[in-house]
Amino acid sequence: MTRRLVVLLAVGLMAACGGSSAGATSSTPQTSLTVFAAASLQPAFDKIGARLMTTGNVKTTFIYAGTQVLTSHLTQGAQADVFASADTAHMTTVETAGLLSGPSQIFVRNRLEITVAKGNPKGIHTLADLARTGLVVVLADPSVPAGKYAQQALTKAHVTVKPASFELQVTGVLSKVALGEADAGIVYVSDVVTSGRVDGVTIPEDQNVLADYPIATLKSASNAAGAKAFIDFVLSPDGQAILKAAGFQGV
Amino acid sequence: MSQGRVPAALVALAGIGLLFFFLPLAGLIVRAPWDQAVASISSAETVTALELSLFCSAAATAIALVLGIPLALVLSRTSGMVRAVLRALTTLPMVLPPVVGGVALLLAFGRTGLVGSLLYRAFGVQIPFTTAAAVMAETFVAMPFLVIAVEAGLRSLDPRYEEAARALGARGWMVFARVTLPLLRPAILSGAVLCWARALGEFGATITFAGNFPGRTQTVPIAVYVALETHPDSAILLSLVLLAVSVAILAGLRDRWLGAI
Repeated sequence: MTRRLVVLLAVGLMAACGGSSAGATSSTPQTSLTVFAAASLQPAFDKIGARLMTTGNVKTTFIYAGTQVLTSHLTQGAQADVFASADTAHMTTVETAGLLSGPSQIFVRNRLEITVAKGNPKGIHTLADLARTGLVVVLADPSVPAGKYAQQALTKAHVTVKPASFELQVTGVLSKVALGEADAGIVYVSDVVTSGRVDGVTIPEDQNVLADYPIATLKSASNAAGAKAFIDFVLSPDGQAILKAAGFQGV
Repeated sequence: MSQGRVPAALVALAGIGLLFFFLPLAGLIVRAPWDQAVASISSAETVTALELSLFCSAAATAIALVLGIPLALVLSRTSGMVRAVLRALTTLPMVLPPVVGGVALLLAFGRTGLVGSLLYRAFGVQIPFTTAAAVMAETFVAMPFLVIAVEAGLRSLDPRYEEAARALGARGWMVFARVTLPLLRPAILSGAVLCWARALGEFGATITFAGNFPGRTQTVPIAVYVALETHPDSAILLSLVLLAVSVAILAGLRDRWLGAI
């Protein structure tokens, strides 16, 4: 029983390895790049990665997680070429640890939105509605940038909510609403735009929070030139267009 | 065998294996901020998480005992295809990534899930984000350990005891309660301990199915994860507390019960 399982796993592994090496044939030699990116950047960065694969033959590997997780991995010695954070505080932590090869720069901005089920069946229109009893609201944990921003927005709106859960990354909030387990949550506008499975309720300007996303090359980069090219592309009109299409605000 | 000399090469390999287990523990112990230990461990958050973890893992073990022993009995009395399928089903949570297990639980018992939607429509009950959800997640992941241990015990059982009981006129339930269960005690205890330990350390299925809320679903492993980002010192101490509790109980049960596996 166990032996058969091991054989199956081994065969699967070989198939997986064979599949990935088969695609590496092109005119320019392929280079690889590792990017640590905040979970909210996934839809846009996946597109950017695909674009760089076709135009520059760069194989970009993205590690997506809550910015706080990426930060602790980097300070514990994880190796990568680029770090894209969902807030400046965590970028500062990484910079203070002496892990950046140069200064970081803000490459995109994001705003918060209330996320609800398609068609907004619970009739949620303001942050104050989130305090209604009987409503299942999930937020990101305050240790996660999106959770910190959500707290700031709720404070500005003078609203106290009793969340059912503090999710460990913003995509957790989104999936709980998309799966119908939660009635509402606070996420980034970009999350709602790219999800397609939820609706968004706009939070007015005076209660909203502008999230700055900084990006930087890491000192541990094994492909510093590739890292610079990646950041240049993200800041270029083409890169910014991809980010804007994913619901971000350009810089 | 126990009296023979172990070849030096094997001793060396055993030493490396032991170091591999010991060094991470040493890392925790060396890096722990002992000066803040008392304040951190007696803090309200830590006590809450620890209480919740002990409750959930005990409840999960209790459910696993009630459902898992009969399951092991049925498994041990089947053969061929039926057994292969049943066995694969019961051991699936051991190889499934816990997060996937959590998603599967959501799709079954969530508000819009297969069973959960009926519950929600009929009684307005929502399982996710409750302590019950945390207990269910831990049971899902940990019960196979008990089932496997008890089934192994059942298979090594001498069938003559049960036959003798039956020959003397005992009925099915009586044979189970008076003969089978007492004979199985070592296997049940070792299975229960493994099941409890696995439940105590559960993270992936719990965070996915039950979420994270202090006092309700934030068990110690989740509290450690959250603290790791904001207060690494208290995360280390919390890990040590979990370690101490586990070691105390495992050592308390000792070889005679764990030796059954």
